[in-house]
Amino acid sequence: MTSKYPVSLKVNGRAFNREVEPRMLLSDFLRHELKLTGTHVGCEQGVCGACTVLLDGLPVRSCIMLAVQADGHTIQTVEGLATTDANNQLQMHPLQVAFWEAHGLQCGFCTPGFLMTLVSFLQEKQNPTEEEIREAISGNLCRCTGYQHIVDAALLAAEKMKPLTE
Amino acid sequence: MKPAPFEYLAPDSLSSTLEILAENGDEAKLLAGGQSLIPAMNFRLVQPTVLVDLNRLSDLAYIKRGNSGDMLIGSLTRHHQLEKDPQVRNHLPLIHEAMPLIAHPQIRNRGTIGGSLAHADPAAELPVLLVALDGRIRMRNRSGERWVEAKDFFQGIFTTALADDEIIVEISIPRMPNGTGYSFVEFARRKGDYALLGVAVLITLDAKAVCRQARIVYLNAGETPVIAQSAAGLLLNEERSENLLEAVAKDAEKELSLTGNIHASVPYLRHLSRVLTIRALNKAFDRATQSA
Repeated sequence: MTSKYPVSLKVNGRAFNREVEPRMLLSDFLRHELKLTGTHVGCEQGVCGACTVLLDGLPVRSCIMLAVQADGHTIQTVEGLATTDANNQLQMHPLQVAFWEAHGLQCGFCTPGFLMTLVSFLQEKQNPTEEEIREAISGNLCRCTGYQHIVDAALLAAEKMKPLTE
Repeated sequence: MKPAPFEYLAPDSLSSTLEILAENGDEAKLLAGGQSLIPAMNFRLVQPTVLVDLNRLSDLAYIKRGNSGDMLIGSLTRHHQLEKDPQVRNHLPLIHEAMPLIAHPQIRNRGTIGGSLAHADPAAELPVLLVALDGRIRMRNRSGERWVEAKDFFQGIFTTALADDEIIVEISIPRMPNGTGYSFVEFARRKGDYALLGVAVLITLDAKAVCRQARIVYLNAGETPVIAQSAAGLLLNEERSENLLEAVAKDAEKELSLTGNIHASVPYLRHLSRVLTIRALNKAFDRATQSA
């Protein structure tokens, strides 16, 4: 009954192979099997958006997807946002910097979900309006900020993420 | 682990899927986008013995034009594809208009049209849209296939014409006649929540602005999408007037089974139905006038 199934996937550019029970959720797989605890688990029923990760580049809720379904796919989590510079120092993603500067978080529990939702949105949309940002984050709940600072952070991030050529 | 244990099968062809269904019958549950099924499994409200994951059947994800001008949509087409597809925008503007109202971006990236139809939630948008557009649903089992009209497909809350050994493979939606205006409006307490009530309207006008065809279908107003037949009948052979739209909205209300809940009382829902109906009728008439 509880036989295990192989899962081969790429997370944040790194290949992983594991064998898991098919009922293991992707969120639990990331946290317990891969020890990537940046992906937070809030409601575990697809309402709060805290567990949002990118599946082949698109934001999805990892608590309502099975880990075995990610077999052969590419996942990006919040741990994959920062990059390493020439001096081997971690550099935060411009979106993360914007959240810091605009005070886009308080307790931080929902933040990974907001970041993964917004990073995909801002890649698609270079000059978003406040209204569009609010719509983009409509599937993510935050109980601290009242959202205004998150919207401010997203607007700031959109500025920072604009290609230098403009 | 949230879901109860199950046997997991992920067939890579339709024929092997149909074999599995023929053998496992009601023991098996089909997993498409999983945006309703997996939450239900997390709560252990649903505990399938065998879970058949359809996500490897990539042949079932498509949007194309059929020979008769119908739009054909593969059952595994995700909401996100329907929302962005230029053919849907041009040929199925009613669906294009409603897609952003379905849940949230993260859900639309996974959810599928076949899954939404098979789930048959009375508060879901796609069943209502398909009934309004006179869509048809193609289902297959090991021994063959059959088409069912959308209006006959939905039989009750979470209940459809789909048999245990069948799978939805395709949805066909005819072209709207020339001179047709459309609209879909709904009201939800928060963006992306299940709507308290919604309504799809299609109005076809002739060159003299006389209504020749009308369709009014409600969301979350009964066990299935609710067609307001007699209300739509009031529009036939009539020209638009404020009094007429009021009368239609009032008549339609009789056909709705409104049950109050924590979010809205019955009198409130009744008021909402009139407001939404008139809003939707006006929008559809405006568009019909433009295209006539």
